[in-house]
Amino acid sequence: MSVLKRLSSVVQAKANKALDRVEDPRDTLDLSYEKQLEQLQQVRKGVADVATARKRIELQAEQLQASANKLQDQARSALAQNREDLAREALTRRAAIATQLEQLKTQHDQLVAQEDKLVQTTQQLQARVEAFRTQKETLKASYTAAQAQTKIGEAVSGISESMSDTGMAMQRAQDKIAQMQARAGAVDELLASGALTDLTGSSDPIQAELDKASQSGQVDAELAQLKGQLAAASPAGVLGTAEKPEAEAPEEDKVVDAEPVVESPEDAAKTPDPFTIEDKEGES
Amino acid sequence: MIVRILEDGQYKVDKPTAKKLDALDAKLGKALDKADEAAFAKALAGLVKTVHSSGKKLEPSVITPSDLAIPAATSTLAEVRELLNSETIKVKRKKG
Repeated sequence: MSVLKRLSSVVQAKANKALDRVEDPRDTLDLSYEKQLEQLQQVRKGVADVATARKRIELQAEQLQASANKLQDQARSALAQNREDLAREALTRRAAIATQLEQLKTQHDQLVAQEDKLVQTTQQLQARVEAFRTQKETLKASYTAAQAQTKIGEAVSGISESMSDTGMAMQRAQDKIAQMQARAGAVDELLASGALTDLTGSSDPIQAELDKASQSGQVDAELAQLKGQLAAASPAGVLGTAEKPEAEAPEEDKVVDAEPVVESPEDAAKTPDPFTIEDKEGES
Repeated sequence: MIVRILEDGQYKVDKPTAKKLDALDAKLGKALDKADEAAFAKALAGLVKTVHSSGKKLEPSVITPSDLAIPAATSTLAEVRELLNSETIKVKRKKG
């Protein structure tokens, strides 16, 4: 037998099950109408569910995108610090995130299509339920005529067919949502476990390594600066004190005297700030 | 003849179109038997396209059963199989 005919009888049979039990066709009409209203409500709820799932995916995509951007920045600053190993690590992770993001986008598109379709279905169902409500009263009024019975049968099987079609569309949408939620859960777990970079950065090994590297770079640079200052200051100081203690510069004399005790620590405390900026500007 | 594309709606088709659908129907049946995904997708796309191009869409307010049901355009072979299998269960139940 033809596949399409079989399919048609499957669709019609699905919703008829409940209606079959009723003896009086007039009751069938009422019951059918009630079922339609029930279903209309379910479809509306379904639309809301799909929208919720879609929003969640959008939120996750944003998070992933932010992670990817951050890793990109990290790779750049790692390279600036000559840490190619770190840059490679960051880019590898970024590639993994990009794959996830790609899959999320595909799912998101499907979800949007599903949502659109459900909204359409709701509108169609609404129109049909409305039409059925008017027909039902007419049919009930003329029930005694034998012809009306056939019409009732036709109207009911027509409407039950639309109902089961709607029901199946809902089922498919829900299956899809379930799949996506499973994936969304997996992505959440990945984010939580730190396999994908955590946005707070606190538990981010790449960032920690970079910080360490830039800190030690900063310390080196400070050391160099201090050494430079000492080298510049001490010959002048030694010469100053040894040869012309008072004649040349009394002010400078004070400075030289004070230097080891007062100015040096003050200097050391001041240096980090301007230095960091210089350091970063030099590297980026 | 009235044809329903699942998740889409009902269409009225004329006889020549119905013949085309018959041929594609047979192809769909073969693809289902052989579990041939490619042939299935091709036959399904052909069915949907034929109805869309030659059929006349019914208003939602028209309430009538369909003679044929075409799976939703995005259906997979597995989904259609499952649908058809749900019929066998129904038939058994009715007999028992």
